[in-house]
Amino acid sequence: MTARVYVARDACALSVGAEDVAQALAREAAARGVAIEIVRTGSRGMLWLEPLVEVQTADGRVAYGPVGAGDVAGLFDAGFLSGGRHALGHGLTERMPYLARQERRTFARVGIVDPGSLDDYLQHEGYAGLRRALAMTPQDAVQELVDSGLRGRGGAAFPTGIKWRTVLAAAGPEKYVICNADEGDSGTFSDRMVMEGDPFVLIEGMTIAGIVVGATRGYIYNRSEYPHAEAVLERAITLARDAGYLGPDVMGSGRSFDLEVRRGAGAYICGEETSLLESLEGKRGMVRFRPPLPAVQGLFGKPTVINNVMSLASVPTIFANGAPAYRDFGTGRSRGTLPFQLAGNIRHGGLVEKAFGLTLRELLYDFGGGSASGRPIRAVQMGGPLGAYIPESQFDLPLDYEAFAAVGGMIGHGGIVAFDDRADLGAMARYAMEFCAIESCGKCTPCRIGSTRGVEVIDRIRAREGGAAGTAANVALLRDLCDTMIAGSLCALGGMAPFPVLSIVKHFPEDLGLAAAKAGAAP
Amino acid sequence: MMQADVSSVLGDAIAAHAQRPGGLLPLLHAVQDGFGCIPPDCVPRIARAMHLSIAEVHGVISFYHHFRQQAPGRHVVRVCVAEACQSMGADRLVAHARAVLGVELHGTTADGAITLEPVYCLGNCACSPALLVDDAQLVGRVDAARFDAVVAQCREPA
Repeated sequence: MTARVYVARDACALSVGAEDVAQALAREAAARGVAIEIVRTGSRGMLWLEPLVEVQTADGRVAYGPVGAGDVAGLFDAGFLSGGRHALGHGLTERMPYLARQERRTFARVGIVDPGSLDDYLQHEGYAGLRRALAMTPQDAVQELVDSGLRGRGGAAFPTGIKWRTVLAAAGPEKYVICNADEGDSGTFSDRMVMEGDPFVLIEGMTIAGIVVGATRGYIYNRSEYPHAEAVLERAITLARDAGYLGPDVMGSGRSFDLEVRRGAGAYICGEETSLLESLEGKRGMVRFRPPLPAVQGLFGKPTVINNVMSLASVPTIFANGAPAYRDFGTGRSRGTLPFQLAGNIRHGGLVEKAFGLTLRELLYDFGGGSASGRPIRAVQMGGPLGAYIPESQFDLPLDYEAFAAVGGMIGHGGIVAFDDRADLGAMARYAMEFCAIESCGKCTPCRIGSTRGVEVIDRIRAREGGAAGTAANVALLRDLCDTMIAGSLCALGGMAPFPVLSIVKHFPEDLGLAAAKAGAAP
Repeated sequence: MMQADVSSVLGDAIAAHAQRPGGLLPLLHAVQDGFGCIPPDCVPRIARAMHLSIAEVHGVISFYHHFRQQAPGRHVVRVCVAEACQSMGADRLVAHARAVLGVELHGTTADGAITLEPVYCLGNCACSPALLVDDAQLVGRVDAARFDAVVAQCREPA
């Protein structure tokens, strides 16, 4: 009997040697005259265990990791093909606490299916959502999405159904569906993992969007930093088109929808939706004034649905299983699940999809296992480069959009970057302004000039220029500058870059050479 | 010979992309993928094909960090300097890279083998620090030894 072995081809797995491991497995099996089939999947998201090797047994898949090419002979000696015991063994994958405690909806198939196989997708409930959407009126379909409570997963958390309704109501016939796959926030990789591990779910989500709002053309704007995702998507689009899931007659419905991948060019600002539209039109990624909203006048001036990868990838399960099944997860106005990403200085980094409402502490310690360095976690940056640094005193806040907004933080795209007690947060405050200066599109003055002045003021503060009086004046100036940027910038880059800076001034002033925050101060 | 290569890469790119809606970025990518950079003397022809001014095309090229107008070394190594990698010592990695290669960021080694570029997130934030070689090979958990192995690989004769 041919044993089936799974090794991820996810970029993260490849980055730590998965290709070498797959080749070593094939070589060793051939040398021993053992028949094995190696299936290349997405990653399970337990990234500290990559390269992870799984073996199909009668009871389910058994996991081994992190496996190096040099471990392969030992795995064969231990009888891993029938789930034999080995020092790198973790037992049944599904029972590993990291996975067993998750609520995987958007990531239900990632790490399980072969992303290069449409058949595999279909065997795992693929295209059930589109089939149901095709049988609904557009109005009912939009209502279904509104009822699910899904909010934009890119960061701004705008209700996805409302966006679709606006585009549906806009005059046609030319409309567009765009997937914002410009996942530029440090600490985030959920978009990449879905595109590489389950590309058909994104294609299906976009097709549903097109069918519902009456668009026939879609674009996935993917980062140039994500070459692996681009290759997987291109292949999946071809397979879907060849099988009639894209093209002039989607699933025999007589409806037309097709899409293509467009590559970004290393500009963070192009994750901002109006800048992305400009870039797709072949221009500099300069932010547009709003209104008009993209839903009314978007790509090439036409009504446009523009959603994040996670939002669109959540759509098929909502349609396949109904809005209530999705809405039942979560808390308050934050419904459903969010794929959190544990990154940076964390022992068990990876992807954790959970309903809203758990706490940072649970994520960092129950899932993350504390810092990678073994030292105390001093701060986390949540929500990317524009997100606040959160001190340990706030680790027990429930993770929902409103609770974080109330303390000046944001959940954003769900990325969490941990820093241990050796981190120089004064340097990170400077970096926040520097990053804004490098990535500013230059259209509005507060962002373009303010960020550069911000770097200079922080340098003066860190150099203790002018002694105590000078520092006090510079801190006042920094606050004033931040106010101007927050209130006067055209988009979130200049408007939010001050948030990490102000959070460091407030919670970690000692790193800027200021008097330490009072212990037990209100958060 | 070199000029003929540029011309054919450019001709193919224009034929493939000039008529596509918003085709300038795909066109520029095709030129850079084929030639390693977008040589300044290509810009007038690109502008004509796209019915744009030379200034507009130059404006697009210069807006995006990914596009370059000077030829890089034989290999481009992009080291991530964003927050997650910083939390795991990206600053030390960059210092090591500068010392080993004898160049600053954006610089090319004396033997023309490697151009060192910073990049803001490669989506490998749970296996930090990370780098990307030639926009194709992602490397995670990079320490000094792993970096040196990447350098050795880049310097192997083709």
